[in-house]
Amino acid sequence: MRRAAFVDGMKLGAGPGSAAFVLALSFGAEAEARGWGFGLPVLFSMFAFSGSAQFTLLTTLASGSALAAITSAVLINARYLVMSVALNNSLHGGRLFRALQAQALVDASFVVAHRNDGGYDVARLIGASVPQWLFWVSGTAIGALTSPSPDLMHTLGLDVTFPAFFLILALDELRRSPRATIAALLGATIAAGLLLVTSPGYALLGATAAALIGVLPEKEETA
Amino acid sequence: MRVWLSVLAVTVVSWLMKASAPLIIGQRKLPPAAIRMTTLMAPALLAGLIVTELGGEELDWTQLAGVGAAGVLSLAKVPMLVAVAAAIVVTAVLRLMVS
Repeated sequence: MRRAAFVDGMKLGAGPGSAAFVLALSFGAEAEARGWGFGLPVLFSMFAFSGSAQFTLLTTLASGSALAAITSAVLINARYLVMSVALNNSLHGGRLFRALQAQALVDASFVVAHRNDGGYDVARLIGASVPQWLFWVSGTAIGALTSPSPDLMHTLGLDVTFPAFFLILALDELRRSPRATIAALLGATIAAGLLLVTSPGYALLGATAAALIGVLPEKEETA
Repeated sequence: MRVWLSVLAVTVVSWLMKASAPLIIGQRKLPPAAIRMTTLMAPALLAGLIVTELGGEELDWTQLAGVGAAGVLSLAKVPMLVAVAAAIVVTAVLRLMVS
């Protein structure tokens, strides 16, 4: 059963993984252009496996102090603190084993692992992260080696891959309950408002505050 | 060396953030209100991701059209990869037309 969930997760992760590949091409190419060479961006992708933090460090390190760049990259990933809490009840085993399983946390996997009962399927989460990790690392390597032009990727329409996948996943989420729809609308509003005054990473973190409506008691919700 | 150390620092802190709840909360169960909140994390995060992906820089109507096409196709039960491929084609064709 858990093996089936893992395989199911791998299938679900292939789509977002292909989107991650396109983004990783950009990261690898940009890192190479900024003098990071080949090995460092690939190792960074292998071990950090976080597009938002990697792009933030890459861009801020060139223009400011290392401490400010590290702080920005860490803060941009602060949503993982919240996601880690959300996932924790569904993890199994001892403390360290649970911490190890939590390393599979990335945005798309977190969403596809969401079960109808509100918990998270950890086997599916890990399965979904495997193809995304492979695509992310291989995309970084190919990007660093070939340095594809950002204009070409824009002309080919490849920048729609991530938002298109996220929209499709969101439509599935909204079917779960009226509260999910309210949380999504609120999250979108918060993110849009914050985008006017801050960077996308902080807007994204702010969007997770919409989940606070969950502290209100449920009425006649059935999902 | 500065870049390598920065990469190492960000990588280690990323690991710790993902592991934070298992390491700090452990196997203690959350109260019902907190569980309800965690259930709503996924839709809230997804909505935020869509908004930041589409509006992170400048709004691009060709990108919006492509993503909209993916949404319509998904509602029509078209498989995910096909819907996304269609979104890419729609955006690329529109950009070709306006350029």
